[in-house]
Amino acid sequence: MTDFDPTGNNGTNWHPGLKESYIFDRNTIHEIRRAASQGIYDIRGFGAKRKLPHFDDLLFLGASMSRYPLEGYREKCSTDVVLGTRFAKKPIHLKIPITIAGMSFGALSGPAKEALGRGATMAGTSTTTGDGGMTEEERGHSEILVYQLLPSRYGMNPDDLRRADAIEVVVGQGAKPGGGGMLLGQKISDRVAEMRNLPKGIDQRSACRHPDWTGPDDLEIKIQELREITDWEKPIYIKIGASRPYYDTQLAVKSGADVIVLDGMQGGTAATQDVFIEHVGLPTLACIRQAVTALQEMGMHREVQLIVSGGIRNGADAAKALALGADAVSVGVAAMIALGDNDPAYADEYAKIGSAAGFYDDWHEGKDPTGISTQDPELAARFDPEQGGRRLNNYLKTMTLEVQTLARAAGKSNIHNLEPEDLVALTIESAAMAQVPLAGTDWIPGSTPGGF
Amino acid sequence: MTTATDIEVVDLAVTPLRELNQRLHDAKNGGPKSWKIVNPNGAHALAVGIDADLDVLIEGHTGYYTAGMNKHANVTIDGNAGVGVGENIMSGTIRITGNASQACAATGRGGLVVVEGDAAARCGISMKGVEIVVKGDIGHMSAFMAQSGTLVVCGDAGDALGDSIYETHIYVRGSVKGLGADCIEKELKDFHRAELGRLLEVAGADAKVDEFKRYGSARTLYNFNIDNAGAY
Repeated sequence: MTDFDPTGNNGTNWHPGLKESYIFDRNTIHEIRRAASQGIYDIRGFGAKRKLPHFDDLLFLGASMSRYPLEGYREKCSTDVVLGTRFAKKPIHLKIPITIAGMSFGALSGPAKEALGRGATMAGTSTTTGDGGMTEEERGHSEILVYQLLPSRYGMNPDDLRRADAIEVVVGQGAKPGGGGMLLGQKISDRVAEMRNLPKGIDQRSACRHPDWTGPDDLEIKIQELREITDWEKPIYIKIGASRPYYDTQLAVKSGADVIVLDGMQGGTAATQDVFIEHVGLPTLACIRQAVTALQEMGMHREVQLIVSGGIRNGADAAKALALGADAVSVGVAAMIALGDNDPAYADEYAKIGSAAGFYDDWHEGKDPTGISTQDPELAARFDPEQGGRRLNNYLKTMTLEVQTLARAAGKSNIHNLEPEDLVALTIESAAMAQVPLAGTDWIPGSTPGGF
Repeated sequence: MTTATDIEVVDLAVTPLRELNQRLHDAKNGGPKSWKIVNPNGAHALAVGIDADLDVLIEGHTGYYTAGMNKHANVTIDGNAGVGVGENIMSGTIRITGNASQACAATGRGGLVVVEGDAAARCGISMKGVEIVVKGDIGHMSAFMAQSGTLVVCGDAGDALGDSIYETHIYVRGSVKGLGADCIEKELKDFHRAELGRLLEVAGADAKVDEFKRYGSARTLYNFNIDNAGAY
C-alpha cells in the first residue's frame, strides 16, 4: 500500500480540492469493491505489507573510546551456530546464522525447492520442508534438511523422519498464528495431489490444529514419540507464530524443544487471507526480547536455541535479531527474492497478470512468471535451479558478511557476542518493543524507573 | 541364542522404554520376530516406529501413540490404548482388544487398525489411507478432514461424523448422532459391499454388510464458494 501523494503523482487526475479520505483511501475502496464483486476474502502470498515497527528502527552504536573494534577481514569473527544441543544425539552445525524457512513443495515448484537446497548447502546452512512433505529434489540437494511436522501431516512418514537432519513441529506461523495452510486448486497438480493424498484441483485448506495433541502437556508426549521413532538422534524444533512469545517460549521449553523458531507477523506465506496476514500476531521486533527473557528466566538461553524469522531482509536485520538474543535467523520471502521472485526482467508478464515486479504477491494463483511459486510445468521450467542456488548462496554470504561487519564494528569476535547494549532505538515504540534505550537517552519505555 | 520362532519377552517394569524401542527398531536387521511386552503400565510412545515384519503382543494398557508410524508389524494391545494409538500407521496391523482413546489411527496412511471395544473422539482424524474397524462405538468429530481410506463402525457414531471429509469411505451399522459439514449418506454400491465385507471378515466382526449405511463427501466444499461460508 502506498501513502496518498498530494502532489498528484499518485493519482492521474488529482487536483487541488480533491481530498482523499485517510481511512477510505483508494486501496480500501478497491478492496470493498473487489469483495462486493467476487464474494470472497482476498487471499495472497508474501507477508504483512503494512508499516510496522521493525529492525530499521534500531541502530548499532559501534565501538568508540570505551569499546574496542576488530579489524575487518583480518580479525576473526565467528559465525557458526550449533542447534539441538539440549537432547539430540546429533545436533546440527551451521556455518552461518541464517537458515532457510519452511516453504512447501506445492507452494513452490520442484526446481525452486532444489535451488533452496543447493544455495543453503553452498552457504553451509539448512533448508526446511513445508506443508507438502519431503521431495527428493530438496533432500538430494540439501546437506542439512529440517523436516516439518505440520497439522495436515501431508506426506508424513517415518522414513523421511529418519532421513531428516532435524524435525520442526509447526505450532504456528507468523503470517497466520492460529490459521492453517491454504493451497488453491490451481496449484494442486497431479504430483502435489498424490503427495498430499487429495483430489486434484480442490482448494486445499490445511488443518490449523494438530490432529493428535491439543496442548503443551500432550506436545511433550508427542515430542517423546518423535524422539523414540528417531532414536533420539534429531534436534526437535518447535515453530511458533508470534502472539504470546513469553509464555509460548516457556511452554515450548517445557514441552522438550531443542530449538524454538519464533516467527513474527512479517513472516511470509504462500497463501493466506489478507485480513489474517495484516491483523493477527506481533511484529517480529516486539517478540524477541520476550522470548529471550523467558529462556533466561528458565536458565535455557543458548541451551535451547532461538531462531527468529519474519521480515529478515539483510545482515543488519540479522545482526539486530542476534543482538537481541537470537541464536540464528531464518529467511523465506527474502530467499525467494534472491532466487528471482519479483524479477523486473519479467515486467511485461507481470503486467499481463495484473501485477508488477516488486508488488507481485498472488503466489497462490500458480501463474508466477519466474517459475518459482507455481506448479505449471512450463513456467517451472524457466527457472534454473543451479543458477538460483548460486544466487541464494551469494545472498546468504552477503548477509553473513554484513553481520560480521557490524559485529566487528561493535568489537565482537563472535556474532553471538552482540548484545542489546550495542543497540539504540529511533522511536519510542521500537525502544519499548526491543527494550533498548531511545537514541540519545537512557530511557527504555516500560522498564526504566521513573519513565512512563 | 534366540531363533526366529522364539518369543522375546520384555518386562517394561525392568527394561527402559528407550531400550525396548531401540531393540524393536534394530529388529529390522534380524533377531526375534515375535515379541511379548509385559507391564506396559500406560507407557507413552511404546513400540513406535517399528519398521519390520514383527508380531508384537503388549499385555496391558498403554499410553499415548502406541505403535505410532508402524510399518509392517502386527501389534496387538491386550488392553486399552491411549490417545493416538497407531497414529500415522503406514502398514501392518494394530489390534486393540479393549477401548481406544481419542485420535485413534490419526493421519494413518495404510495398514489396518481394529478396535474390539469403543473408540473415543476424533477416531480416524485426517486419515490418509488406513483401514479402521471399530466393533463398538466412536466419539464425536471422527473422520474429521478424512482424506482417504475406510472407517467401519459396528456400533454408533457420535456427532459431526466426517466433518469436512474428502474421499474416505465411512460405514456405520448403528446410529449417527450427526453428520459434519459436507458429509452425507451415500448409496452402498457393489464395490462398497465388497470392501465392507472384506474388512468385517479380516477384523472378525460379527456383522452383516446390509446392516450398514455408507457416508462420504458431498464434495460441495472442495472449491471456495461464498454461498457455503456458513459451512467453512
